Amino acid sequence: MDSPQKVHVEFEGVSKSYDGRTVVVRDLDLAVYEGEFLTLLGPSGSGKTTCLMMLAGFQTPTSGTIRIGGRAVDDLPPRKRDIGVVFQNYALFPHMTVGENLSFPLEVRGMEPRQIRERVRGALELVRLEGLEGRRPGELSGGQQQRVAIARALVFEPALVLMDEPLGALDRRLREEMQYEVRRIQRRLGVTVVYVTHDQQEAMAMSDRVAVFQRGRIEQVAPPEALYEEPQREFVARFIGDNNLLRGKVVGVEGDFCRVEVGGQIVTAFRVVPCEVGDPVSVAIRPERVAVAPEPGLYGNEFDAGIDDITFLGDHLRLRMTVCDTPDFIAKIPNIVGHGAVLEGDRVRVGWTLTDGRVLEPDGPETGSK
Amino acid sequence: MTLHRSIPAAFLLLATALTGLTPFALAESVTVVSWGGSYARACEKAFHEPFTAETGIEIRLEDYNGGLAQIRAQVETGNVHWDVVDMEMADAVRGCDEGLLEPLDLGALAPGADGKPAEEDFYPGSLTECGVGTLFYSTIYAYNLERFPGNRPSTIADFFDLEKFPGRRGMRRTPQVNMEFALMADGVPLDQVYAALRTQEGLDRAFRKLDTIKDHIVWWEAGAQPPQMLADGEVTMSTAYNGRIFNAQVLENQPFVIVWDGQLLDTGQLVIVAGSPNLEAARKFFSFSTTVRSLVAVGRYISYSPARQSGTALISTHLETGVDMKPHMPTTPENAARGLQYDWEWWSDHIDEMNLRFIAWLLR
Amino acid sequence: MRPAVLVLPLAAFIAVTFVAPLLVMLGRSVHDPMVADALPETLGLLRSWDGERTPPEAVFETMARELLKARREKSLGRIATRVNRVQAGLRSVLMKSVRRLRGAHPPDSWREAMIALDPKWGQTRTWHAIRRAGERFTLRHYLHALDLDQAPGGGIIRQPPDLRIYLPLLRRTLAVSLGITLLCLLLGYPIAYLIANAPPHRANLLLLLVLVPFWTSLLVRTTSWIVLLQTQGVINDLLAAVGLIADDQRISMIYNMTGTVVAMTHVLLPFMVLPLFSVMRTIPPLYMSAAASLGASFLQAFRRVYWPQTLPGVAAGSLLVFILAIGYYITPALVGGQSGQLISNMVAYHMQQSLNWGLAAALGGVLLGGVFLLYLVFNRLVGVDRMRLG
Ligand SMILES: Nc1ncnc2c1ncn2[C@@H]1O[C@H](COP(=O)(O)OP(=O)(O)OP(=O)(O)O)[C@@H](O)[C@H]1O
Ligand SMILES: [Mg+2]
Repeated sequence: MDSPQKVHVEFEGVSKSYDGRTVVVRDLDLAVYEGEFLTLLGPSGSGKTTCLMMLAGFQTPTSGTIRIGGRAVDDLPPRKRDIGVVFQNYALFPHMTVGENLSFPLEVRGMEPRQIRERVRGALELVRLEGLEGRRPGELSGGQQQRVAIARALVFEPALVLMDEPLGALDRRLREEMQYEVRRIQRRLGVTVVYVTHDQQEAMAMSDRVAVFQRGRIEQVAPPEALYEEPQREFVARFIGDNNLLRGKVVGVEGDFCRVEVGGQIVTAFRVVPCEVGDPVSVAIRPERVAVAPEPGLYGNEFDAGIDDITFLGDHLRLRMTVCDTPDFIAKIPNIVGHGAVLEGDRVRVGWTLTDGRVLEPDGPETGSK
Repeated sequence: MTLHRSIPAAFLLLATALTGLTPFALAESVTVVSWGGSYARACEKAFHEPFTAETGIEIRLEDYNGGLAQIRAQVETGNVHWDVVDMEMADAVRGCDEGLLEPLDLGALAPGADGKPAEEDFYPGSLTECGVGTLFYSTIYAYNLERFPGNRPSTIADFFDLEKFPGRRGMRRTPQVNMEFALMADGVPLDQVYAALRTQEGLDRAFRKLDTIKDHIVWWEAGAQPPQMLADGEVTMSTAYNGRIFNAQVLENQPFVIVWDGQLLDTGQLVIVAGSPNLEAARKFFSFSTTVRSLVAVGRYISYSPARQSGTALISTHLETGVDMKPHMPTTPENAARGLQYDWEWWSDHIDEMNLRFIAWLLR
Repeated sequence: MRPAVLVLPLAAFIAVTFVAPLLVMLGRSVHDPMVADALPETLGLLRSWDGERTPPEAVFETMARELLKARREKSLGRIATRVNRVQAGLRSVLMKSVRRLRGAHPPDSWREAMIALDPKWGQTRTWHAIRRAGERFTLRHYLHALDLDQAPGGGIIRQPPDLRIYLPLLRRTLAVSLGITLLCLLLGYPIAYLIANAPPHRANLLLLLVLVPFWTSLLVRTTSWIVLLQTQGVINDLLAAVGLIADDQRISMIYNMTGTVVAMTHVLLPFMVLPLFSVMRTIPPLYMSAAASLGASFLQAFRRVYWPQTLPGVAAGSLLVFILAIGYYITPALVGGQSGQLISNMVAYHMQQSLNWGLAAALGGVLLGGVFLLYLVFNRLVGVDRMRLG
């Protein structure tokens, strides 16, 4: 991603309500840069598809403006937007062969048959499906259909491609393989991709940036690492990877750190959002950053913990504990000491560094959990 | 009944059921089938009600539009539920030939008003093998005076003259009568009409004449339709049974005029269906309704005259309005002189092929 | 073994109520033993007749005897009718002759007596006709059903123009059925689309509206059309009231072909809508969106994406409507007047009025064959296995 980046797509104050009562997308501002792979990530029903459909032109925003390449597209019908769309269940035309499916967008553009053949061949090569032109979608495997759908969305060389959970129907192995494929193709062609998924791993693996959706709002837009390392809101912290959340009250502020009282004990944590003494906040700690039975004095935060439950997960153990009066506190420890070093019911010391604990804005009462 | 006979019979049964007839019968009742409308009402008043009063036998009255199809179906399926039928002469003769009707029992007929035996009292030719002539009626054409206030139609040729007398024409959807009308209108003398019909040229000539008004014809089937069509303005003139028009004139004050020129005079026949389920009651009714008294009584409700010589003198007035019936009867010499006796024998022999020719003509 | 037992009741039911009557009727179209049974001796004698001169006295005598016997058994009328179907005009010859011969003393020469009664007895044509009427198995009905006839000499000739009924009617029936099918498709397609894409509660309501005529008595429906369409009917009244037509120039919309087409289209519309609907329901609207996103205009998307996917429904609906239309007879009988009659009305006519069941059966056979042929052609073109009936 070379800067300066040019904005390709822009949502400005976009809201959408289907029935006039429930707002499905709320005052959305979002910029997608040229050549970027941006993922909309969020739980089911959070408005991801709706955003995509508004961008493709199948839905009109109730208010606000969408711009593509700087031009407002409110009045532009879908067929004139020149956007490749890969639908959730592919929407391959079942009565046409693969070749015909790929030719279709070129034929309606009045392209010459010879050129069409070349383009189709190129597109099939791109998705590694050479020689399957004559098959009908029904005669293809899920992964092959997926590739055809991608090829069809790309074959007319749109600058922008939208993909709505394109891998949702595939099994895990195939999905991972395809994640790589899609990313490879996108890199090669340099198209802008707006991608929708509710699988956070997929979002992490593929995206330049991820926009986390929650109830029609964007909680945070950031590259995957930043999202993981520096979630700004409790929802994001919980949605992206696992996080332990300790709720308490700020009792002191020292530079970049806050002292938070949780269950009668004081936790010191890195201040991500501005906070003042007396504010209710959450402290988030990644389970893999929690050390169990550390050398005393090594960590800025150390507490007593009771182990409620241990789950053996192969390469690591998952410990469910009660820390600072907060139950369901999770720690992941690598499987090097061997299973059996700690036991259910044991009381141990746990610790983490000052920067591994992060002070976040807690979710309001309206925001639910994952 | 063997299988290959009984299955088509089942079809016919179905057809019968579809026409809405319910085949059940009570002990003391008789099913009488007639032509509906004002004619059936006249018969009810004239002799159905007196018959029931006298004998206690109920009469169940059904309507039909002529033809033998329903009787054939009933007899062939062995599911007869009609007892006595009022039918056209040609059908009566044909039905008799086909064994669909009970043979006539002359002894059952009452003598004339003057005591003459029935055989001599009925007009010659009105007694057939299975049926008794009841009433003279004729097919005439009538027009609505309101549509032709100035120049009025007066001849059968006028019926076919669309230029002088524009408007749609009602005609019965059969070849009978229409063929004769066409020939008479085309100038064939009365006494040569049936001779002409026996030749191909005559047939062609009749159809050519019908061709001239074909697009303006509205076809009717039931005798009650023509007065209705005339009243509704659906047609400006229509062929019709004279009695129906008469009743519309006197009872509803309709401005209809009958043109007697070219009238076709026929006798209605009363018959008993072979295998009638209430044969005894049917016979009683048959005798009762063919008495001079009964037949003359009909003539007090509708302008049909008795087929018995001793009845002719007894024609009097219309019961409700007091109109003198004589000038309205088809048999009155002035009216009869301008018409033709319907040749039922020819028609009973030729109806099948004439029907096909007629259908073919309709299709052209 | 088990499945066979399960379908047995249905198979038996179909065999009794459908296959058997069908076979019996088809049998009737080629087999009629009535005359052969009534005149066995005459026909036996005629077998050795040379066919060129008037038959000998013995034939006349036997014929007279057998006719008089038939008359006593009340079958004469039916025999005469059958002979008359072979040669028009012979009915009166037979009936008249028997009427006259019945009371009379046996004449010295039956031959002369009968020829004196009607010269047709002296013509060889008459005897050829009697001989043909006496055939137990005959293709005559099929010839008649195709407006053909057997020449006295034996060749096959067309009926004279004023007796050609069935071929013109067959052509008309095909044309009308095709027209009705097209009309149903034109009217039914958008409706089916609407229903298939409406939210469920509204779809149910719309489907109900389409089905209501289905559930209404045929007579009620037809009568409503009469009320609407007749010259003094609602539509004409309206047109006249707003002055679109003069009062004496009301449009004839019923008792003619218009009436038949309108009423039949109405009656048959559900048979088009239902298969279409059932196919369209399975086509997600997503396809049209996908086509639009690929740059297709609505027409392009419809023609290339939507329409081809509905073809199985179009095919099923059209075939259904067409076949039903070909065999429909109640509606044309009620509102068709004369110009709106179809071939099935002639089948009904011969079934119910003229009682020429042989010809009715032959017409049915011709129709059946025609439909079967059409089905084969159709199968070739569309592929019946791809059809969806609903
Ligand atoms: N066509 C529509 N009419 C009415 N409401 C709709 C429509 N489409 C979506 N919704 C509603 O809008 C909200 C957001 O839906 P949307 O499809 O955008 O969610 P999503 O984030 O794509 O969810 P998922 O991950 O399940 O696909 C949901 O509550 C949904 O019920
Ligand atoms: Mg979605």
